[in-house]
Order: sequence, then C-alpha cells, then structure tokens
Amino acid sequence: MAGSFREALNSDKFIVTSEIGPPKGTNIEKMLHHIDLLNGQVDALNVTDHQSSVMRFPSIGGCLAIKERGGEPILQMTCRDRNRLALQAELLFASTRGIGNVLCLTGDSVVVGDHGKARGVFDLDSAQLLQTIRRMESGTDLGENELDGTVEFCAGAIVTPEARPIEPQLLKFEKKVEAGAEFFQTQAIYDLDNFAKFMEYSRQFPVKILAGIILLVSARMAKYMNDNVPGVFVPQNLIDELAGAPKGEALSRGVEIAGQMIATLKKESICHGVHVMAIGKEEVVPDILKAAGLAGQ
Amino acid sequence: MKSITRPKLLEEIDRQLEGFDRVYIAGCGTCTTMTRTGGREEVLRMREHLQELGKLVTGWIVIPTACDEMTEVAIRENNGAIQNASCILIMSCALGVHKMSSYIEKPAFPALDTLFIGVEDGPGRYQEVCAQCGQCVLGDTAGICPVTACHKGLLNGPCGGTNDGMCEVDREKECAWTLIYQRLKAQGRLGYMRKLYGPRDYNVEPRPRMTRIV
Repeated sequence: MAGSFREALNSDKFIVTSEIGPPKGTNIEKMLHHIDLLNGQVDALNVTDHQSSVMRFPSIGGCLAIKERGGEPILQMTCRDRNRLALQAELLFASTRGIGNVLCLTGDSVVVGDHGKARGVFDLDSAQLLQTIRRMESGTDLGENELDGTVEFCAGAIVTPEARPIEPQLLKFEKKVEAGAEFFQTQAIYDLDNFAKFMEYSRQFPVKILAGIILLVSARMAKYMNDNVPGVFVPQNLIDELAGAPKGEALSRGVEIAGQMIATLKKESICHGVHVMAIGKEEVVPDILKAAGLAGQ
Repeated sequence: MKSITRPKLLEEIDRQLEGFDRVYIAGCGTCTTMTRTGGREEVLRMREHLQELGKLVTGWIVIPTACDEMTEVAIRENNGAIQNASCILIMSCALGVHKMSSYIEKPAFPALDTLFIGVEDGPGRYQEVCAQCGQCVLGDTAGICPVTACHKGLLNGPCGGTNDGMCEVDREKECAWTLIYQRLKAQGRLGYMRKLYGPRDYNVEPRPRMTRIV
C-alpha cells in the first residue's frame, strides 16, 4: 500500500525528504535517535542500502524502525547484492509491513566498497527494478507466475543533473520514467542555474523532482567530492566560503549554505522539493531546515 | 583474439610444486608467447628458477597452440621426458591446461592465471570485448558490448558512477555507455539508446556451456 508520501508528492506542498545511514553492527541506538529526530520534520526518510558498497545493517531494518516509530520510510534498493528472486521477495515483505515507498538504484560497484572481493550481482538494473515493481503490482512476478496477494508502491529513482556528458543520463532518466518512476531524488546539485535548466527539461514528464542537497562540512570535503564523486561539482565560491569560515564554524557555514539553497529552490519554485543528505551529520538536519525556513512544516 | 594471462606469483607456483622434485615445463607458442607469459623465453626462465629451487627439470616444450588437437601429438613425441617427471608446470592459458591434463596422467599445475579472452587494440594493450553471453546486442550498441565493457553489464544506459566518460571503478577505464552514446550519436542512431530492455536471460545456454555442431 503506497502511503502518505505519494499523497504529499501529489499535493502542492514543497516536499522534504532526508536519509538515515544504518550502522555497521547491531548497535542501532544512534540510528533510532536520528529517526526520532527526523521523523516529524520530513515527508519521508530514506534508508540507505549498503551505501558506497559498505556492508551495514539493512535498509529494510531501518525502514521497519521508521515505521514502528511513526514515520514514513523510503526503502532504498540497489541491484548490486540481490538477484531478481531476492529483490521480489523483499518487495513482498516490505509490502506486508506497510513500507510503501521504494527508491530503485543500480548500486555502486562492490569494488569501491569494503568488501572488494565480493561478487556484484546486477541481475537487474534500476530501470528493470522499476519495471519489476509495476509488473508485481499488476499481479504477476518476473517468472510470469500469479501472485497470491499483490503489492503497491510509490516508486522512485535517481538522476544526476550535473553529469558530464549529460545527454546519456537524460536518456536513462527517460527510461526510468517509462519504467514507472513517479519521483526522482537527484545527486547533489550546487549549480542552481544548471539545475533550473534540468528542471525546464524534466517538467515535460509526469514526475516529481526532489533536488539533492548534500551538506558541506568543510572545504576539504567539498574538494574531495569534486575529485572523487561522479556528477558532483561544488563551485569554487562555496569552497572559498567554507575555507574562509573561522575555526570551528565551517559546519555552521555549510548548514547556512544548504539552508539558503533550499530556500531559493522553494521560493523560486524551481523543483518539487528537496532530499537532504547530511552523511554522518544527521544531527544538524533540523538546523538546515530551520535555515531554509522550513522548520516544523 | 588472444587468451590473456598473467603469471602467478612465484611463491604460489613454488607452493603448488611442493613435494614434486622432477618437473616438466610446457609453454604455448600462440597467446602466451604473444603476451610474453609462456613463450620460449619465459619457459627457460622458469626452468632456471626451478633449478635454483633444487628441482630437476626433465624437459620443456613450447607447444605451437596448446589448446589445439595437435597438442596430443606434441606430448606423445616428448613422452620420455614427461614420464620422467613427477608433474607438469603449464605456462599456457587455462584452455591449454585443460587440454594437456586430459592427455597426461600426471598432476598438471598452471603457472598463469587466465584473465579473459581479448583483442589487441594497441601495442601491448588487450581488452575484453565479448563475454559470450549468447544474446548479442551489438546491433543496438554500435558494436560496443555493454555486457562486457560496462563494469556492471548494464543494458539500459550508464549508471550514476560515470564521470567525464570514465568508469567509477577505475579512472583509466572508459565508460562503455559514454562510448556507445558517442558512436550512436555520430551514426545518427541515438534513438537506439531509448530502447528499454527488460530483465536479461542469464541462462541462454546454462553452464556448463556446450554445443554440438552438426
């Protein structure tokens, strides 16, 4: 059963989502704390699926915790670790536990993570996972067998508006739309003019776009992302701004920068909402929303 | 087309040969000669190494094409030296190891790791271009195989890890889908990138893969 997130997407509301990174181990206290901190502040909360191919507590476990604590989870599912049988089984399970939103991703290579010798699966890709969801909704699995009880999901995917070259990414984006994506959370964007161009293009499709906002915590982190994260380009003026912040204040500058970007996106109605990624600094997400004028929305 | 190999570490070779004092060495005159992993020179160097370890090398050969039918003849002609050995160390690709193991009733050990079947696309530069998946899509992808050349084997276009035309796993490796995009665009066939492929059949010919030509 698709939940309140789809309703929010279909309203005129400026959508806010954020995400939770589960722990490496069974100590879930911090994760639960972050869930409690953010549940009331956002329209839905993603739980990452072995982000960057680093083995962790599973996304579905985090989603159940969000649900139990009164929130609206978005189950992130990559195609890296499971074949089509396991992916479909997890969708069945999620459905029975009231998890109604899925973000479909191909997944990073295992080579870049902490289990570099593992076998990457990629039996399906992100577009095919979207197709799988829509097929299961119509009552059959990928083996063309009838399901005894079907599923219903609000399904989304990701897009990288600052990828170079951009055209192959846009063609893939269109395939994801065709495969059944209802919403997109983007890779981090920092160049709002470029993003506005992407929005101009994407508005021809019946999907909601949530701009990816990655909190910058230092000039070093910004440079690291420029050098190492595909499709992320932090402009020099932001790097200078962070570098120029007095000692110990770079994080609060980052919070302000993120807040201002969100405020501009909302004020100028550039996109339908934002997806805030604070990667390890979930504590300050409420501050970012406050800086954006969205607190207690 | 070449079978691309890489020498195993000497420590691993030494470990395989522990307890075997008399060794016969076989190289290959085709792929491993081209890639300089199992030609005459490498075989002779291996002989020297084994002698330094105190082993007796009963003989050596560079078989013209180790995976070929004629290998059986070459082995028969050298039967004396082979029988005199307690094992064979093979410096061909795994196809040759397979073939020789079926002809010689003695333990056979590979000196090389077989990486892939590749083509030479520049001096000394070999690349895997076909994964022999049994479902050729090259007509849609301008002759560049995404099943092979894309790290994730994706059929529906690039992942988010592509970066300025390079792959997320190695900045030296090109993103297959960027290459496909460029070539299709140059051919005026970009529409082919819009084709949404459903899930692939990974069992076109289930393993072990075999066929009979009639």
